[in-house]
Amino acid sequence: MLVKAKGAQQSITANRLIDGVAVWLGAGNQWVEHVADAAIFEGEAIAQALDTAKADEKGQIVVDVYPLDVEATPEGTRPLHIRERMKAIGPSVRRDLGKQVAGPTPAL
Amino acid sequence: MPDTTVTSPRSNQPADAHAAVYRYDEFDKTFIFERVEQFRAQVERRLKGEITEEEFKPIRLMNGLYLQLHAYMLRVAVPYGMLDSTKLRRLARIARVYDKGYGHLTTRQNIQFNWPELKDIPAILHELAEVDMHAIQTSGNCIRNVTTDQFCGAAADELVDPRVYAEILRQWSTLHPEFTYLPRKFKIAISGAPNDRAAVQIHDVGLIARKNEAGEIGFTVYVGGGLGRTPYLGTKARDFVPVPEILGYLEAVLRTYNQLGRRDNIYKARIKITVNEMGPDKFIGLIEEEYARLPRQKYDLDPAIVTAIEQHFTSPPWESLPAVSDKFEAAKAADKDFARWTRSNLHAHRAPGYAIATISVKPIGGIPGDIEADQMEAVADLAERYSFGELRVSHEQNLVLAHVKQDDLYDLWQELDKVGLGTANAGLISDIIACPGLDYCALANTRSIPIAQRISERFADLDRQHDLGELKIKISGCINACGHHHVGHIGILGVDKKGEEFFQILLGGDATNTAALAEIVGPGFSYDEIVNAVETVVTTFVGLRQPGERFIDTLARTGHAPFKEALYARA
Amino acid sequence: MPVLDHGQEIEDRWTDLADDAALPADGGVIVSLERWRTERDALIARSQPVGVRLKSNQLATELAGDLAHLGVVALEFPKFRDGRAFSAARELRERFGYKGEIRAIGHIIPDQYQFLTRLGVDTVVVPADRVGPAWAHALTEISIAYQPGLQDHGTVSLLRRHLKAEVEG
Repeated sequence: MLVKAKGAQQSITANRLIDGVAVWLGAGNQWVEHVADAAIFEGEAIAQALDTAKADEKGQIVVDVYPLDVEATPEGTRPLHIRERMKAIGPSVRRDLGKQVAGPTPAL
Repeated sequence: MPDTTVTSPRSNQPADAHAAVYRYDEFDKTFIFERVEQFRAQVERRLKGEITEEEFKPIRLMNGLYLQLHAYMLRVAVPYGMLDSTKLRRLARIARVYDKGYGHLTTRQNIQFNWPELKDIPAILHELAEVDMHAIQTSGNCIRNVTTDQFCGAAADELVDPRVYAEILRQWSTLHPEFTYLPRKFKIAISGAPNDRAAVQIHDVGLIARKNEAGEIGFTVYVGGGLGRTPYLGTKARDFVPVPEILGYLEAVLRTYNQLGRRDNIYKARIKITVNEMGPDKFIGLIEEEYARLPRQKYDLDPAIVTAIEQHFTSPPWESLPAVSDKFEAAKAADKDFARWTRSNLHAHRAPGYAIATISVKPIGGIPGDIEADQMEAVADLAERYSFGELRVSHEQNLVLAHVKQDDLYDLWQELDKVGLGTANAGLISDIIACPGLDYCALANTRSIPIAQRISERFADLDRQHDLGELKIKISGCINACGHHHVGHIGILGVDKKGEEFFQILLGGDATNTAALAEIVGPGFSYDEIVNAVETVVTTFVGLRQPGERFIDTLARTGHAPFKEALYARA
Repeated sequence: MPVLDHGQEIEDRWTDLADDAALPADGGVIVSLERWRTERDALIARSQPVGVRLKSNQLATELAGDLAHLGVVALEFPKFRDGRAFSAARELRERFGYKGEIRAIGHIIPDQYQFLTRLGVDTVVVPADRVGPAWAHALTEISIAYQPGLQDHGTVSLLRRHLKAEVEG
């Protein structure tokens, strides 16, 4: 995580340990595969969500947990930084690979 | 286990039996399979929580497994760039079965896969081991793949075959007990010819073969080169280290670095920083002191080892051919597209009647260095048919068939063209080195691949490219410089400007004997403007050049001023 | 903390002494390099086994003239990734001919164990909750070495060889 999250609204992201797939913490502390479904946290809830996520890091579920700045849109949660949007989409140069294949993703 | 080797119809030998790759013996095979089992056990311990991710990370890195933006990435070692058809077919299979059907050639002659799953890695490594391949030490704070010149064993200007020493260094650096937890990664390159095609001066240690007055073979040793955030060209440590002393000398270099390299800041931990912070003379003095102390008998390289390793790299059975091939000359005269390809993609071979062919993995508008499984298999077949089953990965992300009869070149090119690998652009403006960039890499600020694609498309006209001549563009998506932008004739560096992708242009870099670091020309350009800016640089060059000048020559003569003016005059 | 030798727990003959802890009447003690420097004469006069602890940024040369007095040199790994102790062990054995015990302390993982033993480290100190079969197993996983061993004195005559003979030798 090279861009420190400092906004009011944040989500938590990671990669799944077993297969490396990018995931976000969603409702009910479940990890979801599409950023649109990522839960948005504010205030103290951010630190709590990070703790939950890091527990899953210790629990061999995910790796490389970190928070990111997001906003809510009609299409769902949207990352504010281009790198985090790329993570949510897949390679822009291979539209046939990554999450963009399975369904709608944010615009880069 | 399935027998994947193809035998030639005329004998029982595998069709790539003459490929000059190191042939594993029982020691090597035992080792490589033990390493697979070791990693399998480590993955199990990780999944059970017996080791933390922090502890597991260097272990997985030293087995080539990197975590990127979308997925893991597995970097398979291609020692000094040498492959045979059997290995390439296995890589194609791995791409198909475990990944998304393609691989990516890297700037250190390796190949990487972008979508493997951790749970499959032991199986992948096992399949690699079956063909004498591995992913050992392709990442991590250890000694990495020793790279060399892609024309080795074929070019006329070679003093020694660098593969012999690259292989010796590969073995020596494999699971070296003292040097596996270095302050940072350590990259060695070696050139067997005085003409450096291996970019040795931008490596942590660079070796160039030479002869002393007595006619003995040895190496000039450079230390402390490297790109990244603070680029440096290597400092010459020793003018001449004779072959028997080279391992001992490198032990002294590595020990000094291991003990004194910075461990407080990963951005200051490469040997280049230590050399330059301490002062080159002082650092080299310490190396020499350590070297003087070593029990020389123990570290001198027995000539018997050199002889034994040399047996793996004998020349293939070249036929006795006339220097000029009528068939080749006729084909050039009849097919101008083929003739054009011969002008850019061939290099002279030391055996009469042969040529070294560069297979461009930079199709116009394509992703530099990406190769599909079908293409890998096609090239494996072509290697068997036309080049003794042997291939090389170049650090410029292309492939090389080093021993092609001139008689066969036209057939070869037509076959390459059918699978999209026949582009006549080796060394030209569309032969771009690009890092994976933001499309794949968690460290990147900007994309680099689409920039390469758009530049390639802008200059799609091959006649125009040939007219422009040698012009090396290198693109990095962040200051870690994995795209080698510091040594591009035109370097492009992606930067984050308020969350938007911006690109700086640098000019005048050079990775050869006349090594130089490129300089920034001025403020950056947006994603939409950058290709126009590159074209402005090129147009300026065309307006200024004198007969016979390459871009880099014109730039050296005129300096940056006319280019700056052209780029920013209206700003 | 448990001390391992060849992956098995052994009785620890040594006491780690903090800089401000009193010197016990008898028994082997390991002191910091700083304490060794200031209390050297007293520690030698004590005529009990004594050893020195080196931090990762303290090179083996610091002890060059004193090794004859030292029963053990403890090499610290502040983090397992800090690989300086590997060079320290190497220097103690090869450059200074040290014959006493070398032990590795701090944050070490089993996956480093074989490198340590190949460089002449005898014992490893490990937190109790990290002791397990992985240590002994780690010594058996790779049976081939590509570099000269400590016992080798001739030229690098064989770039790869079996390790078994060396470990038992």
